[in-house]
Amino acid sequence: MEAEKKVPEQSAKQSGENVSSQPTMVKKTKPKKDPRAKLYKPERMLIMLSSPHLGTVDNVPKIMWTVIIALIPAVVMSIFYFGWLSIWMITACVSAALATEALINRMKGESFTIKDGSAVITGLLLALTLPPAFPITSGILGTIFAIGIGKHIFGGLGYNIFNPALLGRAFLQASFPVAITTWTTPRTLVDAVSAATPLGGFKFEKISTAFIDLLYGNTGGCLGETSAIVIIAGGLFLIIRKYADWRIPVSYLSTVFILGGLFWLFNRVDYPSPWFHMFSGGLMLGAFFMATDMVTSPITPRGSWIFGIGAGVLLVVIRLFGALPEGVMYSILLMNAMTPLINRYTRPKFFGEPRA
Amino acid sequence: MVKAKSISKEFFKGFWEILPPFRLVLGLCPMLAVTKYVENGLGMGIATTFVLFFSNIIISSIKSVIPKKVRIASYIVIIATFVVIVELVMQAFFYSLFEKLGIFIPLIVVNCIILGRAEAFASKNPIHLSAADGLGIGLGFTMSLFLISAIREILGAGTFLGMHIMWGSYEPFAFMIEAPGAFICLGLLLAMMNLVPTKLNGAN
Repeated sequence: MEAEKKVPEQSAKQSGENVSSQPTMVKKTKPKKDPRAKLYKPERMLIMLSSPHLGTVDNVPKIMWTVIIALIPAVVMSIFYFGWLSIWMITACVSAALATEALINRMKGESFTIKDGSAVITGLLLALTLPPAFPITSGILGTIFAIGIGKHIFGGLGYNIFNPALLGRAFLQASFPVAITTWTTPRTLVDAVSAATPLGGFKFEKISTAFIDLLYGNTGGCLGETSAIVIIAGGLFLIIRKYADWRIPVSYLSTVFILGGLFWLFNRVDYPSPWFHMFSGGLMLGAFFMATDMVTSPITPRGSWIFGIGAGVLLVVIRLFGALPEGVMYSILLMNAMTPLINRYTRPKFFGEPRA
Repeated sequence: MVKAKSISKEFFKGFWEILPPFRLVLGLCPMLAVTKYVENGLGMGIATTFVLFFSNIIISSIKSVIPKKVRIASYIVIIATFVVIVELVMQAFFYSLFEKLGIFIPLIVVNCIILGRAEAFASKNPIHLSAADGLGIGLGFTMSLFLISAIREILGAGTFLGMHIMWGSYEPFAFMIEAPGAFICLGLLLAMMNLVPTKLNGAN
């Protein structure tokens, strides 16, 4: 049976090769240009379309690679503080993301979407949210989950409900609760000296950290979240290029500041100051790079305000009253889930539409 | 459409054609809740099979005397009787398993598969076919629970029936034992079960 089957396949292949080789033969003779081509210059067509008239040259690869450029300062700082640990983790996560993306592209039979940079961003962001001494294999596992379950199960880029990198981190948090809360101090390289993050230290031992250390990132924490100042710089670059909606970081950060400040005013012993809230943990990274993800945040301006305020309230509640010291991940993921609803309720009215 | 019904056909359909809970998407609550460990999954499957087999037989044999209007209530009473038997037997002989399964043993009463088979099959078919149907579906359900609980236990705890089977440095990811792991495991298996026949048909 097998021999019989093979024969028609081979012949089909051969004929297929013949068919494919023929057009190339034709192509070789084609390049002769028609001398009259100059005379028929394409006429400039009048564009007859209804609004909106989009005149942008932005496309997915351009946006994605710009985001990656904006993340480079944070990557550099994480390498400066955590050395090889950071380099290995980032390399492993990015290459795992690309490999998973290619594999799933192949399984789905679609064109490869590696070059558009979306998988690179997912891998990079996930790596930046992991503790320095986190096992590399677990990081790779989280990346595979982020790309496979977080993005492609929902239909690929543009259809995902949740930010894939954050979903990958949530998966790792549920899977390895001990490893993901084991922190090392910066500049210790291989010797893993465990240390508390500023948030964990305040929550469980009431130790506060110097503000200047928070700003430059000389504290324990995830790879890319410690240095607030470079993340803000990258985020501002994105906002100026209009690839991130300024409303989301502004509303998110100011909600955290105001709400955290109110609690601080009432009880200065048990609750940290609003400045501490702003610059500790992953808030800056989350506010500028994760909450502003175009796919998973609301599309209307009013919706963006609601999104940021909601995430801010959730963050403060989780940080002050939850069992976890940090709540950026869950606050953004929960608001991601609300995004379709927010979009529906903030839909702009058509002109002349009666009031509901 | 009148098909000839044979005992073997009614028995084997529960293994692939309408394999619960993948094909017959019923009975999801017990399968999501008790498949943390193989032991729990198997225990639950066997208990369900027992109840399903006997309730199908009884319902099929007294289907002509049950008034149409109170049939659901009557089915529930019959099913509950067998569930109490299972519960008492487990308490007497498999107390540790009974402790682990907890509330999910009494909840077999409201397992959709059992009531569904009573309503859809046993109340319309003769006793021998109903018995084959109950046994087939029950064993299919046990098989599915075994599969899911094996995947979850091996990945999530690194053990199989309590024995360590993964290599020494394997770090189990507790995610699979948590509730979301059950949903994702079920979803992926469901996708695979839909994919395989499509691929096979496509190849033909």
